[in-house]
Amino acid sequence: MNTEKEKRTILANDGVQSFLTALLCIVIGLFVGFIVLLIISPQGAWEGIITILKNYFTYPSGPAKMKYFGNTLVKMAPLLLCALSIQFCYKAGLFNIGAAGQYVAGAGASLYGALALGLPWYVDVILAIVAGLVFGGIVGILKAYANVNEVISGIMLNWIGLYTVNMLLTGVKETASPYTVTLASTNESALLPNMGLDKLFTNNKYVTIAIPLAIIVAIVIQIILKKTVFGYELQATGYNKDAAKYSGMKEKKNIILTLMIGGALAGLGASFLYLTGYEQWSVTQSSVPVMGFNGIAATFLGGLDPIGTIFASYFIQHITSGGSYLDKAVYPSQVSDLISAIIIYLCGFVLFFKTVFNKRLNAKKGGEKA
Amino acid sequence: MAEEYAIEMRNITKRFPGIVANDNITLQLKKGEIHALLGENGAGKSTLMSVLFGLYQAEEGSIYKDGKEVHIKDPNDANDLGIGMVHQHFKLVQCFTVLDNIILGVETTKNGILQKDEAKKKIMELSDKYGLSVDPDAKIEDITVGMQQRTEILKMLYRENDILIFDEPTAVLTPGEIDELMEIMKGLAKEGKSILFISHKLNEIMAVADRCTVLRRGKYIGTVEIEKTTKEELSKMMVGRDVKFEVDKKPAEIGETILSVRDMTVASKLHKNNAVKNVSFDVHAGEVLCIAGIDGNGQTELVYGLTGLEPVVSGNINLMGRDITKASIRERSTSGMSHIPEDRQKHGLVLDYSLAYNLILQRYFGDEFSTKGGFLKQGSIKAYADRLIEKYDVRSGRGADTLVRSMSGGNQQKAIIARELDKNPQLLIAVQPTRGLDVGAIEYIHSQLIAQRDAGHAVLLVSLELEEVFSVSDRILVMYEGEIVGEFDPKTTTREELGLYMSGAKRKEVAA
Ligand SMILES: Nc1ncnc2c1ncn2[C@@H]1O[C@H](COP(=O)(O)OP(=O)(O)OP(=O)(O)O)[C@@H](O)[C@H]1O
Ligand SMILES: [Mg+2]
Repeated sequence: MNTEKEKRTILANDGVQSFLTALLCIVIGLFVGFIVLLIISPQGAWEGIITILKNYFTYPSGPAKMKYFGNTLVKMAPLLLCALSIQFCYKAGLFNIGAAGQYVAGAGASLYGALALGLPWYVDVILAIVAGLVFGGIVGILKAYANVNEVISGIMLNWIGLYTVNMLLTGVKETASPYTVTLASTNESALLPNMGLDKLFTNNKYVTIAIPLAIIVAIVIQIILKKTVFGYELQATGYNKDAAKYSGMKEKKNIILTLMIGGALAGLGASFLYLTGYEQWSVTQSSVPVMGFNGIAATFLGGLDPIGTIFASYFIQHITSGGSYLDKAVYPSQVSDLISAIIIYLCGFVLFFKTVFNKRLNAKKGGEKA
Repeated sequence: MAEEYAIEMRNITKRFPGIVANDNITLQLKKGEIHALLGENGAGKSTLMSVLFGLYQAEEGSIYKDGKEVHIKDPNDANDLGIGMVHQHFKLVQCFTVLDNIILGVETTKNGILQKDEAKKKIMELSDKYGLSVDPDAKIEDITVGMQQRTEILKMLYRENDILIFDEPTAVLTPGEIDELMEIMKGLAKEGKSILFISHKLNEIMAVADRCTVLRRGKYIGTVEIEKTTKEELSKMMVGRDVKFEVDKKPAEIGETILSVRDMTVASKLHKNNAVKNVSFDVHAGEVLCIAGIDGNGQTELVYGLTGLEPVVSGNINLMGRDITKASIRERSTSGMSHIPEDRQKHGLVLDYSLAYNLILQRYFGDEFSTKGGFLKQGSIKAYADRLIEKYDVRSGRGADTLVRSMSGGNQQKAIIARELDKNPQLLIAVQPTRGLDVGAIEYIHSQLIAQRDAGHAVLLVSLELEEVFSVSDRILVMYEGEIVGEFDPKTTTREELGLYMSGAKRKEVAA
């Protein structure tokens, strides 16, 4: 009886619940993904799902594993920042779907600074932050002063941002392809420093200070939310706007500030990818990069907790990268995206599962009397 | 024999982290009776009713309906068994209309199309029959607390339940409305419905109930026949000591003017007319000025205007010689104004914050609780919260760390009162401060209001309860349709006279 009771208290703990529900989502996501693979091609399905899960473990040698582990981390950093952007705003009761556009703005600004203006990396990073901040700020001002829903203005800015950046970067694209010229060939000073981290990952030159910085930012966000006056106000507003107003908090100021910080985080995230040289921007792309949207899943999978989100971002990036190893002969190349999309989509259901889980827990308590 | 009882709850035990909310409680509800449930704030009344309504599952005990054991797993089960509940904190959808809220879940449809007209007719009939006036097309977020309450009651009547749970339904009704509700309840009981009725107002229990069960700190104390008991005995059973019903106070020593309001007009959210029209009055140091009136006559908006929650259309507000007409809410608060809001859950509390965080809601930004660098001083916050919890006897499962959402209604209110009184304000604006408090707590709050006044501070009390108005105020202003229609001295006026002014039958000119 006693242990039974203890078990219940542990299960009622919020952190434990977040973890368990996240796990549940992952399992269901993988299962649905597996079904889809089965439907497309039954023979390869089991192997396929294992491939996705294995990601860089596919490689036999230790050094190769490390190298590709590095690649997953390289893409995890921007994802984590997008997730933090959404999370930070969510805590204030704002749904920052505009993170995708703020990310685009950050990418455009940092690449323009690096390639067109020849500025060093630290200036490019600041440009990215400012660009994201401005994008977030616009959404914030519209919300605060004109009561425009942040989702609507955010989505519109996503598209405005995309085409503006495409135009802006057309001047620095390769002649033969739609991609921007590489940093290595044009302006090496714009590459983020490795600080020896590349050595740890079998000379993976894309592994830069972006990765530890992203994790530090997550910790800083955690501190802001839990320990500061600003975090107190922000979350009070998110929980109960009327009480925040009653207590005299400046709602308009906080909305704008929150979205500016959210924007800055997403913008910074973009610079953390594009200034590694890992990816080049395609000026003909006609869809907003998914990074900002995957951030939504990562933040929910992470239980709306900055530290949890570090792990969630890693996991989502892990399966996204893993998807690219699917046997292209059996599965068309879009399948890998589809599978990871399904898993990510289900990860977004964490909150839903948590509610169900709590109900169950309550019902079980009642059932015990019998 | 067992069928004598419509509902029998046997040996119910329900625990929450840190507290046994119901400890082996047995409650027997006879058919056609009105059964009152009495107990201090946090005694476990709402919890017991929530178990009956299927919102919580008891760890131990069983429930019988008409002598047969039943398992109520959720409110749908309860509804199927004919059990309806009006909650202490309303469960209405804010952006829906009154009509939509009432029919929510039991909509009648024809070929998949909502039959709202019929529903509306039925609601209007019920509303007429029981004198529960509502505007079926108004949105919940725009109507007064009183009307929300009436919506909740209509919701239950609309569902034709035969076991009716009223969790503090009268807390927000006006005296007239309460009398009407009492009649309704008696009528319903005569029709054979069985009623469970929670109230902290002993007069109501004495007037309407057949029997009363008393709880104290989660334990069953006893069940008594109302005919064979007295108010004093009931309150003693409930608190464990004698309670004074009169407030001791010495004559007021009126000092300088603290608050001066001139020609204030505040817009209404409900209709195009202004809710407060050209109101002028003063509140002085050392007095309790009471605004009396029937709910919805502009009192809410008057307070919104004074506290800055809504802008004023015209007029002037002066606090201790300073024009604060355009001042922000924060400025008003830091320059000596405290506000105990009418709607505790909407304005007064962040339900998902801990008790400690709620207790610093008006002063978290000061040096006491935050560093220059913008960090919260967790240690001071905890110490401060513990001090207030102790001083104001705020009861909860886990002290300063308790989520306010999980606290009993009365203790939520006590938390707000602790916070606002502890600011030691020059002007205390208290709207229905004792709503939902038990007699012991009311005694305490009233003595605190008097203490504020005796310390030379001004108190502006907005109350719908005449008993409260008479026992604490030094001066009474009556509001009717947004205007002040009379000024009275509680020592020389009567309830009947006030009633005439409150209902608009009489009015006189009032000079500020
Ligand atoms: N969901 C919950 N989680 C944790 N504790 C709870 C919860 N609900 C109630 N409690 C605790 O159980 C106790 C009884 O609460 P309950 O709401 O039943 O009191 P009550 O008698 O209705 O009081 P009041 O007159 O103030 O409304 C309180 O101490 C409260 O803090
Ligand atoms: Mg209660």
